Amino acid sequence: MLNRTLAEQISDLQKGEYSCSELTEAYLIRISETSDLNTFITVADDALENAAHADELRASGDDRPLLGIPVAHKDIFCQKNVRTTAGSRMLDNFVSPYDSTVIENLNAAGTVSLGKTNMDEFAMGSSNENSYYGPVKNPWRTSCVPGGSSGGSAAAVAARLCSAATGTDTGGSIRQPASFCGITGIKPTYGRISRWGMIAYASSLDQAGPLARTAEDCALLMTHMAGHDPRDSTSSPEPVDNYLESLSKPVSGLKLGICREYLEDLTPEIRAVFDEFVGELVSQGAETREISLPSSPLAIPAYYIIAPAECSANLSRYDGVRFGYRCEDPKDLDDLYRRSRSESFGAEVKNRIMVGAFALSAGYYDAYYNKAQQIRRLIKNDFVDALSGVDVILGPTTPGTAFPIGEKSQDPLAMYMQDIYTISANLAGLPAISIPAGFVDGMPVGVQAIGNYFDEATLLAIGHQYQQMTSWHQQEPEMNS
Amino acid sequence: MEVTDSVVKNIAALAQLQVDKTELPRLAAGMQNILDLAEQMQSADTEGVTPISNPLDATQQLRPDAVIEQDQRELFQSIAPATEDGLYLVPRVVE
Amino acid sequence: MREDWEVVIGLEIHVQLSTESKIFSGASTKFGASPNTQACAVDLGLPGVLPVVNEAVYPKAIAFGLGVGATIGERSCFDRKNYFYPDLPKGYQITQMDEPIVIGGQVEISLADGSTKTVRITRAHLEEDAGKSLHEDFHGMTGIDLNRAGTPLLEIVSEPEMSSATEAVSYAKTIHQLVTYLSVSDGNMSEGSLRCDANVSIRKKGDDKLGVRTETKNVNSFRFLKKAIEFEIERQIDILESGGRIAQETRLYDPDRDETRPMRSKETATDYRYFPEPDLLPVVINEAYINDIRKQMPELPAQKRVRFEEELGLTAEDANLIASDLGLATYFEICATTCSDPGMASNWVKGELLASVNRDDLLVANAPVTPIQLGTIILRIKDETISGKIAKTIFNALWQGEADSVDGYIEANGLKQVSDSSALEPIVDQIIQENPKQVEQYRAGKTKVLGFFVGQVMKQTGGKANPKQVNELVISRLS
Repeated sequence: MLNRTLAEQISDLQKGEYSCSELTEAYLIRISETSDLNTFITVADDALENAAHADELRASGDDRPLLGIPVAHKDIFCQKNVRTTAGSRMLDNFVSPYDSTVIENLNAAGTVSLGKTNMDEFAMGSSNENSYYGPVKNPWRTSCVPGGSSGGSAAAVAARLCSAATGTDTGGSIRQPASFCGITGIKPTYGRISRWGMIAYASSLDQAGPLARTAEDCALLMTHMAGHDPRDSTSSPEPVDNYLESLSKPVSGLKLGICREYLEDLTPEIRAVFDEFVGELVSQGAETREISLPSSPLAIPAYYIIAPAECSANLSRYDGVRFGYRCEDPKDLDDLYRRSRSESFGAEVKNRIMVGAFALSAGYYDAYYNKAQQIRRLIKNDFVDALSGVDVILGPTTPGTAFPIGEKSQDPLAMYMQDIYTISANLAGLPAISIPAGFVDGMPVGVQAIGNYFDEATLLAIGHQYQQMTSWHQQEPEMNS
Repeated sequence: MEVTDSVVKNIAALAQLQVDKTELPRLAAGMQNILDLAEQMQSADTEGVTPISNPLDATQQLRPDAVIEQDQRELFQSIAPATEDGLYLVPRVVE
Repeated sequence: MREDWEVVIGLEIHVQLSTESKIFSGASTKFGASPNTQACAVDLGLPGVLPVVNEAVYPKAIAFGLGVGATIGERSCFDRKNYFYPDLPKGYQITQMDEPIVIGGQVEISLADGSTKTVRITRAHLEEDAGKSLHEDFHGMTGIDLNRAGTPLLEIVSEPEMSSATEAVSYAKTIHQLVTYLSVSDGNMSEGSLRCDANVSIRKKGDDKLGVRTETKNVNSFRFLKKAIEFEIERQIDILESGGRIAQETRLYDPDRDETRPMRSKETATDYRYFPEPDLLPVVINEAYINDIRKQMPELPAQKRVRFEEELGLTAEDANLIASDLGLATYFEICATTCSDPGMASNWVKGELLASVNRDDLLVANAPVTPIQLGTIILRIKDETISGKIAKTIFNALWQGEADSVDGYIEANGLKQVSDSSALEPIVDQIIQENPKQVEQYRAGKTKVLGFFVGQVMKQTGGKANPKQVNELVISRLS
């Protein structure tokens, strides 16, 4: 039952093939058996109780589709009475007094939380090596990273430790780990899913989304995650499409934009996977168009100014006064601030706070922060132009496959380049999906499709139609647990 | 832009981070990496380009003026490092 | 020489907007609650929380803008102002930097010599208030109460155009008057609803360049504002005269010692790193919205003053006094309409009414004598039903709650003035008969004794006789 997709489990549960309790228990056993992967920071202690409750509800006629589906949440989503750490020592003792909208909505849909997954500290990282709770291992090859920052969620889905998981994506943090772990992950349009209760890294870039085995599973979660939330001013009032209905939309007639800049430096192996992906959609009747995103080379530099600038302010609330880590015996107020923050933030977090504070400081604002936001406008304009002629823009999700743990941790620039294809969608606020499309040297590779604003339905449909004809998403890592 | 020790110290003071002798070169190098990367931005002609601060260029929806929050002090202070008589405690502040 | 120096003062006035809930959260703004019971997750800056703007702050900020003839920012944006302080939970204050809601404007202030002066307003912007630090001894610690964190403020920034403490106070009073008139704020200074930061600098007369300024923060009474600025002027001149230099710094006024001193805590925070608040979007206000507020604007104090003078014939002094307070002005207008005599209404309002209100420490709006009742009293004087003296008796009876209707009280106590000459004549005759000595004096040319006769008649009639008529009767009988 653990190898069934979420959609299949829904039908199994409805048919009574097994109960929510049985499914939940099986996952919990597997989570404890694979604890070496380090996917979870906190395993829920009330999962079985909630599963039993879901079984009772089902017995009494409750037919909500997600009732009793065991999911895992990235530990960036506040969950009431549950420890929520954001992968940081700073929040090691933080038991959230309230629920994030994402968790509230998925709880209301009937899902059972299995726990909180590991992540790069405050979502800053592309390998999950920046977690206070240690690196996560990639289930496909445990010497490799799962990607980041939603590495725990991606690895947990790939290792069949949950039916699906939630994640967040600021520069590629859903799509890159999805690609590295051979699963499907979508970052919706900025504002499509509420950020209320989602611990902020970079507010104008952060967006929640699902990680799951298939596009259909993603659509099932998206149905409940998406929607306007009056508690988030940046949440969009745009009506939510019927993602499940649109899955059956054929790809024939779709215009696929192939971005010239994205193919320039690709390795031949990744290029082959990409071409095969495009070939499959073309064989289903889609057309291709070459497009150009001339400002895309500036996406990484602009991102590494904007995200740190926002994070430098977002992380000022961690001051040891109202919650979180507080140093021992502070001798005065500055000592309280400096030691509480320095003793509990990791190196990469401090690095980005410093860069961000610098980019906003007197005399540098225009050359750094303002310049980056202007470039962001150019990048957005590129996309708006391109998407006026095509339905989606295709490219690789990542420049390579999952790399060995430790390989890039001493080379920050190489690490930053991980997000080269994913970051633009965050800067422009566009939705983008990563779909498993093959393997290179035994490691999974994903292809990314970027869609127009609020057109998640087309991205999910492309993923679903592709997955009807291919089996990459069905591959399961062999684990010698 | 060269990240000197004094830049690091100055920014660390603004960001309330501690810099000791071992941390200083590491922070300087980390900043230098990103700021070098950011130099690439200077190649772009952004004359007259309106900066984006929200990707959707949307406008704010306002909230009705209604009190919807109840007192949750006990819950909120149960996760606080130091409180007394309902107050959060910090080392003495001299104004 | 002291006369060689010129003082330049600019004020930043923080006005608390009178809303039910905070500017970015649904917590109450009510004053005086137990510490941190009105600090919700958003006010505490818990991880993951987000601000949403309270719609009620816009009509208030815009009404103020229209009241000072400012430009209203049709697109206004919020920014983050970054600094660490225990009463600032997020480590940044949400405020407005580049695109405030109110741009420009001006007010007329009255000077001691009776002339007026225009003070220009640079801008007024919306922002959230911080919490409060309590320095009582908690084992050497400071206690933080965040109830006030997130309370909506309008920060009104003047141009540096005032040249004395008296001018600065007059400006602050004018702003106070305006914001209470427009119901922008309750203006309650003892509860911190209006606080001033005074920027003071000194320069040699004739210099174009401004001197180095100090900012004295958080002064919450007009009296202290005057003293703080006066102290600061003296201090700066002393330093300059002895060849020293002024340090640009933030200072606090200590009312107990009547001095300002540097604030130690904010010395390091000099680079606020403002940037657009990414959790909030630009607020767009259209012309129709602004026009709606314009239509609902009450008459402003300055306009009222002119109308009272020009249309109702009050003296400049009376018009100024009555227009200074909306409650008083409203009371006066109802009273004047009731009795159709603005002059008498003004005399009674600034005399009897204000004296009673001040004696009992009441708001005009809560005066036990309603403006219609006072108007009726005046009417009864005018139609000669009662004398001025009886009128005061009735006013006091109403004030003390011993009466609830003017005419009813007159009737019940038989206070109606006697104007019937057939009733008065026998009394006059009797008084004349009983006082031959005075009659003699009168006839000998001492007409002053006329007052004696009138007084006696009034006494005999218990004050109810119409004094004018008595006067006439006595004269005719004695001649």
